[in-house]
Amino acid sequence: MTAVIEASGLGKRYGRRWALADCTLSVPAGRVVGLVGPNGAGKTTLLQLAAGLLPPTSGTIRVLGHHPGDGPAQLRRVGFVAQDSPLYPGVSVAGHLRMGGWLNPGWEPEFARRRLSQLGLDPRQRAGSLSGGQRSQLALILAAAKRPELLLLDEPVASLDPLARREFLQGLMETVAEHGSSVVLSSHLIADIERVCDYLVVLTGSRVRVAGETEALLACHHQLSGPRRDERDLPASWDVIEESHTGKQSVLLVRTSEPVLDPAWTVRPVSLEDLVLAYMRPAGGASPARRPGLEVAS
Amino acid sequence: MIRFTLLRFRVQAAVAAGGLLIVAVILAVTGPHLAHVYAATLRTCTQQGNCALALSTLPPSPDGALRALLDGLIVAVPGLTGMFWGAPLAARELEAGTFRLAWTQGITRTRWLAAKLAVIGAASMLTAGLLSLMVTWWASPIETAGMDRITPGVFHSGGIVPVGYAAFAFTLGVTAGLLTRRTLPAIAITLVIFAAVQLAVPAFLRPQLITPVHASSPLAIASITEMGTTNAGAPGGGSLFVQAQPDIPGAWILSSDLVTPAGRPANTLPAGQACSENQSRQACQAYIAGFHLRHSVTYQPGSRYWALQWYETAIYLAAALILAGLCFLRIRPRRPARRGTGRARESQPVLARQGPS
Repeated sequence: MTAVIEASGLGKRYGRRWALADCTLSVPAGRVVGLVGPNGAGKTTLLQLAAGLLPPTSGTIRVLGHHPGDGPAQLRRVGFVAQDSPLYPGVSVAGHLRMGGWLNPGWEPEFARRRLSQLGLDPRQRAGSLSGGQRSQLALILAAAKRPELLLLDEPVASLDPLARREFLQGLMETVAEHGSSVVLSSHLIADIERVCDYLVVLTGSRVRVAGETEALLACHHQLSGPRRDERDLPASWDVIEESHTGKQSVLLVRTSEPVLDPAWTVRPVSLEDLVLAYMRPAGGASPARRPGLEVAS
Repeated sequence: MIRFTLLRFRVQAAVAAGGLLIVAVILAVTGPHLAHVYAATLRTCTQQGNCALALSTLPPSPDGALRALLDGLIVAVPGLTGMFWGAPLAARELEAGTFRLAWTQGITRTRWLAAKLAVIGAASMLTAGLLSLMVTWWASPIETAGMDRITPGVFHSGGIVPVGYAAFAFTLGVTAGLLTRRTLPAIAITLVIFAAVQLAVPAFLRPQLITPVHASSPLAIASITEMGTTNAGAPGGGSLFVQAQPDIPGAWILSSDLVTPAGRPANTLPAGQACSENQSRQACQAYIAGFHLRHSVTYQPGSRYWALQWYETAIYLAAALILAGLCFLRIRPRRPARRGTGRARESQPVLARQGPS
């Protein structure tokens, strides 16, 4: 599969602060990718770089094989829903859809109309008077009806209540199923990622910590508990992502492709939340050198 | 993009059209009366030979106040379109974050800006042009009566310069909005710069657009408007001030000086006995005539009205084009840095300073 986003040494600096540094990443096509990380990790910056709204300070980024935002053809291939779903408050719902049709040659009016009636949005209503959930839905319709190959969504559900969030993600999945586009979706809510994403990228402190298929990541991470051990006594093939020790006991979250055979350990599978949190913790038990931003082969 | 710009611009367009309609009604109601007053005055004063005096009392008071109001309005309208159409054009989108929506549609930002500049810029020029056309029509009796239309107080309120002002103020607003990224500061900057330019151009640029006419002639005693002595009792005899007003109908007088036959400035003369308080005006005038002064005048003749209008409009339009070019440079997306270059470029495009929100 070709990559939809290919970044190498990508960095973005605002004044003296690096919002994203040395980001190397390859996102395969045909996936729904969850981009997770704490606030300020650089998720928004990465997505805006991919949408061509920002120029990188260093490194390169290719989106669908081209420079982001480079010319109308590239703009038409990428749909973008920015954080807080910006819309024109004075323009009606129908006005926004008309704008989409005027500005995007591949626009599907039928799709937009159908989604609108499914959601029960009144076309005459002004965008300024929509609820948060309706705004997000309208922004998604706008981005999806141009029929992009890649859909970038920046925290689309952050401001929504649980019901609206579920409806939005459902709408997203239906759209993806219908259009077959690749999706990159940022969120700091792991439950949402778990529901819709089959590929995971964890971004912490402006760096990519881990990236890979959700299934594969879950399969190679284990939570072990057993008698207290020193780190040096552990097998060399283990990456200790997180460790905590009590007087007699050690609890580890390790990454290994080999089965854990030592009967002294009680092995439990990890949840996606455990996994993401372990990677998001900035200075965990293990030294950074032992937890490189590896990618899981997919 | 043009259609979407029109869709979003219709409220402002309606406001402008409504304003123009109100002005049109007022002018249509008062215009015929004004024309009648001027025609009647001209008829009687030509018979009586006192036109200079008769016309100087015109226009009658409500129309005179209206004329002053229109003179102000015709400069204010371009300024207002610059402040309220130009400045928010980009600043509002940057402020509200809607540029993230606009610039990720299937057209480039260059086309986005081009459409907005074309549609709203044309609307501001049209508004100013129509207003100027109406005022020119309304004031035409005043102009046919041979009254001045070239001096700084009235030059701008008619003809084609308002169109140039509108183009300049609008692009100035857009540029300020793109540079400040905030609507209110952009409006303030537009106001300050536009007002400064409006003051500077008549003072410094307009007199020099065409080399002024320089005329030097023997001082006609009839053109002396003021005489006065100071320190008449002093041992040196004090000095005598003389001022003269050249009689060049419809001209814009830039300078008016008295010089001696040798060419030295002579706006003050030694006060002789002839001009002391107990002497007649005629005696003093005869005394002044004895100096054989020359009257040196520089001016723009009234016939240059249209030439000056065209030059000034062209200059404002050129400034508007330069500002529009700056706007395009400012928003164009930059190609990413080449692989491996870790250094940041110093000059970043419009979004570079924005933190992730």
